[in-house]
Amino acid sequence: MTTGATTAESGCTPRLPRGVRLKYDETRAEWLLLAPERVIKADAIAAEILKRCDGTLTLEAIVDDLARRFTADRARVEQDVRALLQDLAAKRLVDL
Amino acid sequence: MTAAAEKIDRPAGLLAELSHRCPLGCAYCSNPLALEARESELGTEVWKRVFSEAAALGVLHVHLSGGEPASRRDLSEIVAHCAKAGLYTNLITSGIGLTDERITELAGCGLDHVQLSIQDSEPAPADRIAGYEGAFARKKMVAAWVTKEGLPLTINAVVHRSNVSRAGKMVELAVQLGARRVEIAHTQYYGWAMLNRAALMPSLAEAEAAIAEVEALKTRLSGTIVVDHVIPDYYARTPKACMGGWGKRIINVTPSGKALPCHAAETIPELSFWNVQDHALEDIWTSSPSFNAFRGLSWMREPCRSCPRKEIDFGGCRCQAFALTGEARNADPVCHLSPHHGRVQEIARNLVQVGEGDHALRYNYRRMKAHEPAQ
Repeated sequence: MTTGATTAESGCTPRLPRGVRLKYDETRAEWLLLAPERVIKADAIAAEILKRCDGTLTLEAIVDDLARRFTADRARVEQDVRALLQDLAAKRLVDL
Repeated sequence: MTAAAEKIDRPAGLLAELSHRCPLGCAYCSNPLALEARESELGTEVWKRVFSEAAALGVLHVHLSGGEPASRRDLSEIVAHCAKAGLYTNLITSGIGLTDERITELAGCGLDHVQLSIQDSEPAPADRIAGYEGAFARKKMVAAWVTKEGLPLTINAVVHRSNVSRAGKMVELAVQLGARRVEIAHTQYYGWAMLNRAALMPSLAEAEAAIAEVEALKTRLSGTIVVDHVIPDYYARTPKACMGGWGKRIINVTPSGKALPCHAAETIPELSFWNVQDHALEDIWTSSPSFNAFRGLSWMREPCRSCPRKEIDFGGCRCQAFALTGEARNADPVCHLSPHHGRVQEIARNLVQVGEGDHALRYNYRRMKAHEPAQ
């Protein structure tokens, strides 16, 4: 078995594990994170973060990309990304 | 969707009972006592149409269940169709009838997730509860095949008198088997479980000890395994939000195509059910009398009607209200505000006393009239 890390360490490459899927639902016109017996609405920010969790980009690369793309304060973006990913990792919806 | 339908939530889940055939005989099975025969099962093409209609209607998760869904030879074809329709496809299985090769094939068809039942953390009592020699050992093999394939695994276990002291051990076994999620559900008394209530009901002290043990593990194992915990109805003070609200989230389709708002809905005699062979799924969801019977809040009586929790628990379970009070519109008597609440506690107390002799622990195993083995 694998025990998931729940702290977003520098250099980690977050990814959605198999069985967790980010889906744009046409019928509801919203982004959803689908997992076993769970449907979590992803707001615009969460969806942008999760789209980048492909297991290749590091946490820092995701933060850099989002800060650049949305011309946002990097420290603030990093805080949001860490908070979301750590919360989802505790629920085993993201692997860190 | 039509204008009238827009006020109705879209269904999030479809529970597809592909077949009532099952090699196990668990005495708490949620299927109705009148199991549907193989001859009445829907064909592959009808199921495919239902899944396509479900996706268009907004269904996100499809739960392929039964009985044992692996009893169906067309399971892979069905999984492939669901995956193509964009549905999150979950196989709810006893594991019996699955092989290493078949799991590989299902994974290749796009299966998203497997939910495997266990009956206990110990082989002998597990096989006794399942009424199937060797079930426990086989399930351990199935779990290994599923995780080897990289498929996410949920273990689910129903808690009752004979395994209540090992609720925590079952969580630990789920971790050992490589599950990312475990469901520990105290028995819900409908169908076969109602028939076997005296043999299944734990005492209040046993139930409370199990709840405390599982809650402690839930905290300790956060990040390792997600623990979903369903506490025992008969010892609760407020009812569960059954099905997340009647006609609000879930459609259940039986092997013969009857569309039910809840898997136990057929126990309410006043309801009649439309069949997917005669009606499109959207029509059933929006317009069938059974889905509209207890939808929303207008059907409620007191104490539900004026209750601040009415949009939290929706008055609890209609089937349980009917089973224990004779009227489906009453509050679920599990609720401490129900005038029938004392009766529920009395039933539990009496059953626990009655069950102290060995004889009461004999199960009426779930069986088809003429039992058909899985392939």
